[in-house]
Amino acid sequence: MRQLAVTNALLRTHPDHYDLDDYEGGVARWCTGCGDNAILAALQRLCRDRQLPPEKTVFVSGIGCSSRFPHYMNTYGFHGLHGRPLPIAEGIKIRRPDLDVFVTTGDGDCCAIGTSHWIHALRYNPDITVVMHDNGVYGLTKNQVSPTSPRGLRTNTTPSGSPLTALNPLTVTLGVTNVSFVAQCVDWMPEVVHDIVAAAHDHQGLSFIRILQRCPEYMDGHFEPWIRDPERLLLLTHEDGLQPSPSTSSTYRNQRDHDPADLAAARVIAETTDPIPVGILYRNDDVPCYEDLRRADHRFDPEEIRAVVDEELDRFTIWPTGAAGS
Amino acid sequence: MLTNGKPRVRPPILLDEHVIDVVSDSGEGAQRCGQTFAAIAARSGHGIWTVEIIPAEIRPPARSIAGASGIRVRIASADVTNGGDAADLVVAFNDQVLRGRLRAKELRPGCVVLLEDKWRTDADPDVAAAYSQLHDELSADGFVVHEVPMERECRRLVDDPWRGKNMFVLGLLCRVYDLDLALAREQVAMTFAKKSAEVIATNQDLLEAGWAWADEHLDLRFSIPTTQVDEARIVVNGNTALGLGVMASGMEVCAMYPITPATSASHYLSSVFERVGGVVHQAEDEIAAATFAIGASYAGKCAVTITSGPGLSLKQEALGLAVMGEIPLVVLDVQRGGPSTGQPTKAEQGDLLSAMFGSHGDAPKVVMAAADIEDCFYSVITARKIAETYNMVVVVLTDASLATAQQAFRRPEFSTDWLAPPIDQRPVPAGARPYDWDEHTGLARRFIPGQPGGMHCLTGLAHDRDSTVAYDPDVNQEAIRMRSLRLAALQRTLRPPTVRGDQEGELLVVGWGSTRGAIAEAVERVRADGHRVGALHLRFLQPLAPGIGEHLARFDRVLAVENNWSDRLEDPMIDDENRRYGNLAWLLRARYLVDVDCWGEAKGQPLQPGVIEAAIRTRLTQRVEVPR
Ligand SMILES: Cc1ncc(C[n+]2csc(CCOP(=O)(O)OP(=O)(O)O)c2C)c(N)n1
Ligand code: SF4
Repeated sequence: MRQLAVTNALLRTHPDHYDLDDYEGGVARWCTGCGDNAILAALQRLCRDRQLPPEKTVFVSGIGCSSRFPHYMNTYGFHGLHGRPLPIAEGIKIRRPDLDVFVTTGDGDCCAIGTSHWIHALRYNPDITVVMHDNGVYGLTKNQVSPTSPRGLRTNTTPSGSPLTALNPLTVTLGVTNVSFVAQCVDWMPEVVHDIVAAAHDHQGLSFIRILQRCPEYMDGHFEPWIRDPERLLLLTHEDGLQPSPSTSSTYRNQRDHDPADLAAARVIAETTDPIPVGILYRNDDVPCYEDLRRADHRFDPEEIRAVVDEELDRFTIWPTGAAGS
Repeated sequence: MLTNGKPRVRPPILLDEHVIDVVSDSGEGAQRCGQTFAAIAARSGHGIWTVEIIPAEIRPPARSIAGASGIRVRIASADVTNGGDAADLVVAFNDQVLRGRLRAKELRPGCVVLLEDKWRTDADPDVAAAYSQLHDELSADGFVVHEVPMERECRRLVDDPWRGKNMFVLGLLCRVYDLDLALAREQVAMTFAKKSAEVIATNQDLLEAGWAWADEHLDLRFSIPTTQVDEARIVVNGNTALGLGVMASGMEVCAMYPITPATSASHYLSSVFERVGGVVHQAEDEIAAATFAIGASYAGKCAVTITSGPGLSLKQEALGLAVMGEIPLVVLDVQRGGPSTGQPTKAEQGDLLSAMFGSHGDAPKVVMAAADIEDCFYSVITARKIAETYNMVVVVLTDASLATAQQAFRRPEFSTDWLAPPIDQRPVPAGARPYDWDEHTGLARRFIPGQPGGMHCLTGLAHDRDSTVAYDPDVNQEAIRMRSLRLAALQRTLRPPTVRGDQEGELLVVGWGSTRGAIAEAVERVRADGHRVGALHLRFLQPLAPGIGEHLARFDRVLAVENNWSDRLEDPMIDDENRRYGNLAWLLRARYLVDVDCWGEAKGQPLQPGVIEAAIRTRLTQRVEVPR
């Protein structure tokens, strides 16, 4: 009877087709010109293109400007703790492989407070899509230095300039055992962002995308030289990777054929920070996903549990003398 | 003493109970000997409780005072709820580990000592001298020392007696305590069930050799009558009981990071969980373990995370998130000595207040504590149920003394009522809100990903009934009120605890967690002398069950007894104004406005009935305050 009720309700609530606005949640409250807006649009488009049922889709984030993301999606969302979206996403996925899980994180969230989870998530390789919004600064807490801040950046905690060279998230990621998908793009190339998140989503395993993201509030003009000079972007193209449209290709002519299967070449490219490489650096479809590795052969149902609990209790049972032991 | 080569065997001495220590260098199998002995005793109908004796160092040198490794077995006619006081009989594989027990004051004055005698003739004169010295010292001090040629006798059967002595000693103990040899043989076969038939046979031979030797040479017989048992019982330690409880509760995901003394619960669970479709995830740290569990729970698979003090501290921010998001979560904290790394293998009840109040802000959670091994099992089942009924974090506190202690208790009868309901994926009714708090109870049905129409963004930020971020002062306060109300709603369903012993009188002793048995025993002893004393044990610490205040009011004084530190008034620096109370005493004073006194120890050992008894007697002889 309950089954029937479910089917009926499903019929009522399941639209045949999802439009863009089916994925639109609350009104985004990022600053004007903030790169996060473009990333949001790309992901909403991806959901629409792939017709992801909103109830089967979960956006998990940490804390930061970028981590407000799930509030702006009309899917399930989990806006959790600073630095911890990855283990939350792993937990969601472990027994719910039916859910499509995305993680939105910032450079502070991922590369500072969440570093250990970042490394280990890559190694677990759950089937999730991780989008790291890298604005090179802490936005939400109002302008502190980030691990990815360029050297010399003046922030509220580095008034005379950051003394350290920026951490390179790509080389770190590509150095981790079991890494299975790494891409980079920039928020001001919407079409490329869309193509890359789509490829990432289609990949089975953890897809890590670093999106260089403009923060007009605290990093005003930082990416201007790159925006003004398309030659300072290096488009990585390949038949198994990014295939830019003719119009993109006509603007971004600095291109290089790169096979995403080539890890050694990917590592070399990752070292390059100027020009900024844009495209899929690495993809390996053969790395098993954690939730598959940990999938149980046994069904989780009451009778199975009873049988195993009884069997285990037998092992520890002291039968009264005279009664049949086992 | 010997007549015709046989000792003149006196009739067995009738006892209610005995505490037996078996100590050796680590690796000599004293624990296996004691565990098997306890199992045989339990099968014969005795109540048993075992306590592991863990050396102070990880790899202590052989024959060292700090190296005493082994087990204490308390056997009795009736059920046993704790490890008791000092040993009545000790078996030692060498004189140094025996000296260790003597120094630790774990031997009852004048107790029976069975001592491996091979050291008397050791090639090293220092060893031989140390042996003789202790032997003579003990004899002079009134201990009843029997020298046993363990190695010599075992050598008749095996080439390497180092590994076989424990079964010889087992046979000897079975003879001394009048246990059935056939039953013992059977139990040895079970102990070595995973080994070859040859190994089993050898161990059974050793068992019989010990039996025969004692029969022939030892004028020592104890008889502890048993009540006929007609029910099946299980013998497990506290951590295994936790693991069993996790399975039986229907939880499917456990995320943990190894930490003593909690880890063995996860070891056990790892060995069986997959057979019911479960998974134990060893995360990269405790923060990841807690957040992983939260993720699984959020997705509808109520999860557990198992830890100990330092891990609990790391998880606190995540627990606050679960509270804020109203995500059910079970946390098992096997407490150890703190603060910091403290005493990893030792028992302490130091985490009660941090379990309650450890997260920042107002983060109401349920906190309960297991009283014994049986309770470890059932507490997990109850915790899962409460977690999912109230969408709350439930912390279950046990401690290092329960982790490795074994008890025989009635075999649980599995019930499907214990299990989590299957995950709800029905569409959410139109207009339903993710935090549609009930005005009276604060309860709200939660939406699980996959449910059509239930899409919302769960957030650790203050939020309203739609889960939208709320900075509005009234909205924030309303949500806080709703999360708080659920504790009260749960409190109303709790059964008032009962007082054991006197229902009114001079002193009420209140405890929580693993001290229940020891406190009850101590209270019985002072009652036997005519004092009017009661014992109250609290299973729920947050919320506190109804009716406790009335119990407190019926006694002239109230004493909280805990295995943790509280300042002592006899310390010249300490007075009523600066005294730091034990965890429970703080709580009771604040809740009931009663001048609760406290007493505790922080020695890393389970509280023994004898020391509690002494503390109670001291209170009873002090000036009685004017009744309130
Ligand atoms: C445990 C903890 N520490 C610190 C903070 C404060 N905090 C919130 S966001 C943030 C950094 C945000 O930077 P980033 O991750 O780069 O995200 P952005 O705001 O730039 O998008 C910090 C330090 C916090 N919320 N929790
Ligand atoms: S502070 Fe920067 S990152 Fe944050 S919303 Fe504004 S522009 Fe975006």
